[in-house]
Amino acid sequence: MKEFAILINALDSTNKTGLKQEAIETFLAKAPDEDKLWFLALFTGKRPKRKVSTTLLKQWAIEIAGIPAWLFQESYAAVGDLGETISLILPEPVQYKEQPLAVWMEQIKLLELMTEPEKKQYVINAWQNLPHTERFIFNKLLGGSFRVGIAAKSLINAIAGYYKMEASAVAHTIMGEWHPDQVTFDALINGEHIQSHRSKPYPFCLAYALDKELSELGMEGLWQAEYKWDGIRAQLIKRGGEVFIWSRGEELITDQFPEIKDALLLIDGNFVIDGELLVHKDEIVQNFSELQKRLNRKNISRKMLQDLPVVLFAYDLLEWENADWRAKQLSERRQQLEHLFIHNSSHGLRLSPVIHFSDWEELALIRETARLQNSEGLMLKQKESPYHSGRKRGDWWKWKIDPLTLDAVLIYAQKGSGRRSGYYTDYTFAVKDGENLVTIAKAYSGLTDKEIQEVSRFVNNNALEKFGPVRTVKPELVFELAFEGISFSNRHKSGVALRFPRILRWRRDKTVNDIDDIESIKQLIR
Amino acid sequence: MQSRLLQFRPEGIYCVQGKFYIDPWMPVDKAIITHGHSDHARAGMNDYLCHHLTTPILKIRLGDISVQGIEYGETVDINGVKLSLHPAGHIIGAAQVRMEYKGRVAVVSGDYKVQHDGLTTPIEIVKCHEFVSESTFALPVYNWASVEEQNRQLRSWVQNNQAIGKTSVLIGYALGKAQRIMKALEGLGPLNVHYSIAKLNDAYEAAGVRLPDYHTVDLNTDLKTIENGILIVPPSLVDTNLLRKVPHRAEAICSGWMQVRGARRWRAADAGFAISDHADWNGLLQVIKGTQAEQVYVTHGQTAVFEKYLNEIGIPTKAVKTVFGEEEIQELS
Ligand SMILES: [Zn+2]
Ligand SMILES: [Zn+2]
Repeated sequence: MKEFAILINALDSTNKTGLKQEAIETFLAKAPDEDKLWFLALFTGKRPKRKVSTTLLKQWAIEIAGIPAWLFQESYAAVGDLGETISLILPEPVQYKEQPLAVWMEQIKLLELMTEPEKKQYVINAWQNLPHTERFIFNKLLGGSFRVGIAAKSLINAIAGYYKMEASAVAHTIMGEWHPDQVTFDALINGEHIQSHRSKPYPFCLAYALDKELSELGMEGLWQAEYKWDGIRAQLIKRGGEVFIWSRGEELITDQFPEIKDALLLIDGNFVIDGELLVHKDEIVQNFSELQKRLNRKNISRKMLQDLPVVLFAYDLLEWENADWRAKQLSERRQQLEHLFIHNSSHGLRLSPVIHFSDWEELALIRETARLQNSEGLMLKQKESPYHSGRKRGDWWKWKIDPLTLDAVLIYAQKGSGRRSGYYTDYTFAVKDGENLVTIAKAYSGLTDKEIQEVSRFVNNNALEKFGPVRTVKPELVFELAFEGISFSNRHKSGVALRFPRILRWRRDKTVNDIDDIESIKQLIR
Repeated sequence: MQSRLLQFRPEGIYCVQGKFYIDPWMPVDKAIITHGHSDHARAGMNDYLCHHLTTPILKIRLGDISVQGIEYGETVDINGVKLSLHPAGHIIGAAQVRMEYKGRVAVVSGDYKVQHDGLTTPIEIVKCHEFVSESTFALPVYNWASVEEQNRQLRSWVQNNQAIGKTSVLIGYALGKAQRIMKALEGLGPLNVHYSIAKLNDAYEAAGVRLPDYHTVDLNTDLKTIENGILIVPPSLVDTNLLRKVPHRAEAICSGWMQVRGARRWRAADAGFAISDHADWNGLLQVIKGTQAEQVYVTHGQTAVFEKYLNEIGIPTKAVKTVFGEEEIQELS
C-alpha cells in the first residue's frame, strides 16, 4: 500500500493539476496492477460498506492512546477527520507491514464475518503495523468513507497520457459498470468489460464563465443563446430499448425520475441527450429548492410525482441511432434534436428554448430578467462548435447573473473539518430580526489567509467557550455575503434558505447596526 | 509558604523580587530575552539580557540596543535574585530563564523542543517550583517523527523533484527552521537561500555553527541559476508574485502544523513536512514532568486544553494570557 499512500499524500497536498497528474503517473509506473485497479474502484465510488462502526474505532483508539475522551474530542475538532485523528493519536507503529492495497481490501471485506473481539484484534494489529498515512487510509477504508482528492478529468487525462490512449475512451471505460472482483486492470483500461454495456455516458461538455466583453465574441449571428437552468444536469441515454439517466456526478439516477424514464421509453429511436432536469409546474420552472425535495429518496411517492413534477429541458444531442454526433456542428445537432422532439411531443420532455436576439445589447437586457424565470443567467454557444469532452475555453460560455448580496454579522466560528488547526475558517452569520439577530447562513470561503488569521485572533480574544469546536463570538465583524438564490424554508429558523452562500468581502467600514434585516431579505424571494 | 517569584502583568512575565521582565511585550526597564524570535524579542526596552548567541540576532533585528550576553549556566545577581540561562533546544541561543530567590526556583522556558536538531544545544530540563511552558502543539495529535526520518522524507522529496526536473522551493522561518532545512539537504546540490535567511546564517556562523555552503539569491535577477535546484525562502514569500516567477517549482512548507492533512491541503503548497522547533505533545509532557514543578503556567497555544489535562493528571496548572505565539502564524503567512 506504500505507493498508494504516497499518491494519496501527494494528491492531498498540492492544488496544481500538473503535479497531481505526475503523482498518478508515478503510481501507475510503480504500483502492482491489483492496487491500480482498486485505486480506480475507490475513485469511482466502488468502496465496500462500513465494516466497523466509527464509535468502536474511536473507543479502541482512546483505549490504546490512554487519553481521556474529552481530549480525543478536542483533537478531533482540531483535525476535522475521525480516521486521521485516530491515526495521529496512536503510538508509533512497532513495525511496518507492507502488503498491497488489494490484500487489505480482501481482509477488510472478511471483517463482516468476524465477531467484535476478532475485529478489534485485527484492527489494533493493523494500527500497530502501519505508519500514519497508511493508518489513515486504512481507517477510511474501514469506515467506508474513502475519497480520492482529484477531479475525474485530471485522473482520466493522466491515465490516457500514461497509456497513450484517447481520454474519451478512458472516461468511458472507467465510468461504466464494473467491479474490481470481476475484471483485471488491463481488461478495464482496454474497455473489454463495456462492450456489452449500453449505459455508457459521454463526458459532459462544460463551459467557462464569460470573462470578456460581448463585443469580443464577434458576430451575434454566430452564437446560440439559451437560459442557464439551475437544476440537475443530466445525460439521458436510450439504446436498444433501455433508458439510463446519468447525473454530472457520474451517478445513475434513472430510478429517481420515473416520469422521465417512462417518457423516454415512448420516444422512437436510439439517442443520447444532454439536458437539465427541473421541477416545472403551471408552465413555470420552479426554484431549485423544490427539486431538492425530490432528491436522494428511496421511493418516489405518487403524491410527490404530482406535487413536484419533473421535466427535462433538452440542450443537445450527442448520439443519434448509435452514431456519435459530438463532432458535428451544434446547429446540426440542434436541428435533429428539434426534429426528434417535434415528432415525439410529450409533457415531460421539452426543448430548452433558444433565445432570439438581434444584438448583444438586447441579450444583456434579457439576462437581467433571467431570475424571473428561475434561471441563473444565460449560456452562449458557438453555433459551429462540436460537443467537447469536459471544459474547453472559447466555444461555450456561461454568463451568470450577478449574485445577490447581503450584509451579515459573524456570530459563530468553527475550526472546520480538515482545516488548519488553530485557525477558524467556518463561519456562521446572522442578520437582524427586529431587535434580535437570526442565523442566516454558514460560509467557508472567500477570505484571504491574512484575513482568516485576523478573524481567528478576534475569535480567540472574544469567544465565550473555551472547549469544543464551536466558538460563539461577540457580534461585531460584518461581512458581505453573496448567494445565487433564496427561497422560503421551514428548516431554517430565519425562514429562508440561501443557495451557495459565500463571503464576498469583509466590510470593515460597517458595524452590526448596518447589517440587513430578515424582512427586507425576504423581499428578494420570488 | 515561600512567596511566588512570578507575576503575570500587562507588560509581560515579571519577576517580583528581581524587578525584571522576561520577554515583555511593552517597554520596560530591564528585559531578559529567551530567544530571538520576534514575538519574544521586542523593541523598546532600556536594557536587555540574553544568551550571547542571541545578542547578534537582537542587534540585527532591533538595532543599537544596550544588551548583555551571558553563557549557559553562568549566574548573574539581579536585586538578590540568582539568574541563569539554560539551553531550551528551540533555536540557536534559545534559553530557559532560571531564577532563584531564598531557595525558591522559577523557570520561564520561552519556546523549547526536546528533539536534537543537530545545530542547537540540546534542552536541559531544570528542576523548579514554578515552571512556565509554551503549549503551541499541546494536543496528542502532534507527535513528530524522528529527526532522521524527517530529514529522510525531505531529502527524498527534493531528489524526486530533481529527477523530474522541478525546482524545490522550501518554505521555513528564517531563524532556526531555514538552517535546519539547509543542514538536512546538505550534499543534494547547491543551496540557494533568500537574502533574509542569509543575514541570519551569519549569526549562526559567528557562533561557530558550521552550515553547508550556500548562495544568496535575489529572486528579481537570479531566476536562471536556481532552475531545477533548491531554493529556501521565508514564509513571507508564500503566494507572492516574486515566488510565482520561479519556473517549474514545487513548494513545500516545513512547519509543525503540517502534521495535519487538512493543513497541508488548505495551505496550497505542494507538500508539507511536520518539522518543528517546538516540543510535540510527548515532549511537552516529558519536560513538564521532569521539572517536578508544583505550579505550572501555560502560555501561547492550546492553553485551555493543556491546563485542563495537566490538572487532571495531578499537575497544578494555570493558563495565562500572553501575546506570544505569533511566530508560527507568521511562519505560514
Ligand atoms: Zn520561538
Ligand atoms: Zn514562542
